[in-house]
Amino acid sequence: MASFELLGFGPTGWGALLIGATLMTLAVTAAALAIGAVVGTAVTAAKLSSRVPLKILGNAYTTVFRGVPELLIIYLIYFGGSSVVTAFGKMLGYDGFLGLPSFLAGSLAVGLISAAYQAEVYRGAYLAIATGEIEAALAIGMPRAGRLRRIIMPQVCRFAIPGLGNVWQLSLKDSALISVTGLAELMRTSQVAAGSTRQYFLFFIAGGCLYLLLTSFSDQVFNWFERRANRSMPTATIGKA
Amino acid sequence: MDIGFLYSTFLTLMAALPTTLALFALSVFIGGLLALLVVWMRVSGNPVLSAFAKVYIFVFRGSPLLIQMFLIFYGLAQFSIVRHSFLWPYLREPFDCAVLSLALCTAGYSAEIFRGGIRAVSAKEIEAAKAIGMSGFLLVRRILAPIAFRHALPAYSTEVVLMMKSTALASLVTVWEVTGVAQRLISQTYRTMEVFLCAAVIYLVLNFILLQAFALLEYALSRHRRAPSFATVDAAKTA
Repeated sequence: MASFELLGFGPTGWGALLIGATLMTLAVTAAALAIGAVVGTAVTAAKLSSRVPLKILGNAYTTVFRGVPELLIIYLIYFGGSSVVTAFGKMLGYDGFLGLPSFLAGSLAVGLISAAYQAEVYRGAYLAIATGEIEAALAIGMPRAGRLRRIIMPQVCRFAIPGLGNVWQLSLKDSALISVTGLAELMRTSQVAAGSTRQYFLFFIAGGCLYLLLTSFSDQVFNWFERRANRSMPTATIGKA
Repeated sequence: MDIGFLYSTFLTLMAALPTTLALFALSVFIGGLLALLVVWMRVSGNPVLSAFAKVYIFVFRGSPLLIQMFLIFYGLAQFSIVRHSFLWPYLREPFDCAVLSLALCTAGYSAEIFRGGIRAVSAKEIEAAKAIGMSGFLLVRRILAPIAFRHALPAYSTEVVLMMKSTALASLVTVWEVTGVAQRLISQTYRTMEVFLCAAVIYLVLNFILLQAFALLEYALSRHRRAPSFATVDAAKTA
């Protein structure tokens, strides 16, 4: 019975905190996905560019951010960002250590990692567009911006949905590593609850179950989006196993 | 940039490389064997075994590796049954716990990859094998496994690179591998960029070597799909 009390919403229960932490995990992952979408688009543009230096830069970005452990990148952003902020504070006359807010550092770090994976997804989606469609747009004299907005973007978004679903799942699990910065997301809260009650097994199982809930729920959401985006496509059923 | 500092950092990190490599090699090996077991259960046709494999894959792919590692390292130690069992000398060690959780986790991902490889084996080849009287282990060994392995290889190489990166999490259960040592150096010196650079180079080189090795293996296993090279054509002509 003790475990029910610990996981419940009473005065000694961690239920409310765990629910809040789950929402924090969702929020930090969503912020990371948004940052990753912006950076990832830029990296995709660089990778697909015909200029060699840009191409090299884009490829270097995806190689580094996919080849180095996530934890190391989080340390880089958190500690590196904090020393930048501290130096900046010194310039403004504040002496002492200034930390980068852990939500910002965490979402930035996971976002930059997800940008590398998103760039590959967008690149694949772009290459999946039939060349005939772009040629047709060129033939009727559509300007570059118009091609991008009316032909390329809508199709890239559609083709990218399954890949984005995978990136989201990846970021959701990477967000657990943000716990090292002290942000009270699901991993960190489970850890604190486990430590202060000495019920490690119980709270890590509870945290794990909440993660499973998040991943299976977001799977459903992405499936729904995919069905919706493909509802006008005659070949919609081919991609699904 | 201070070359002397970079050099000494690099040496310190290289001293932790054997731990990272040991974590990686052991967990990929044990995880690979576990994955074979899980995928065998998954495709066995037995509803109970198949359901168990599905749950296993769902749980280990759906939750973060870190929470699995903490569950094994901190969670299991809570029970006195575990503390008094013959397994305790292993479960007490952070290194063994890290290997165990890495292996369990990669088994879930690899099982799905292997299953994809098995599904890619054409039914005709299995029918042909059955038609000439092959069955059971012989069919698996001669037809199913080689073809499935070739199909699964590209995806499996990605998973192996992910494993190399995942060994970094062992530092959070107090195993001093490369990332853990890098973190200690960062918090001692506050020279984030230099330490990061050294550690990143180590991991990038490791992953590069891994990917090259897999590309080589893939090349060696796809001889039947390549056009005959000029060397062999010339050799045939002169023969």
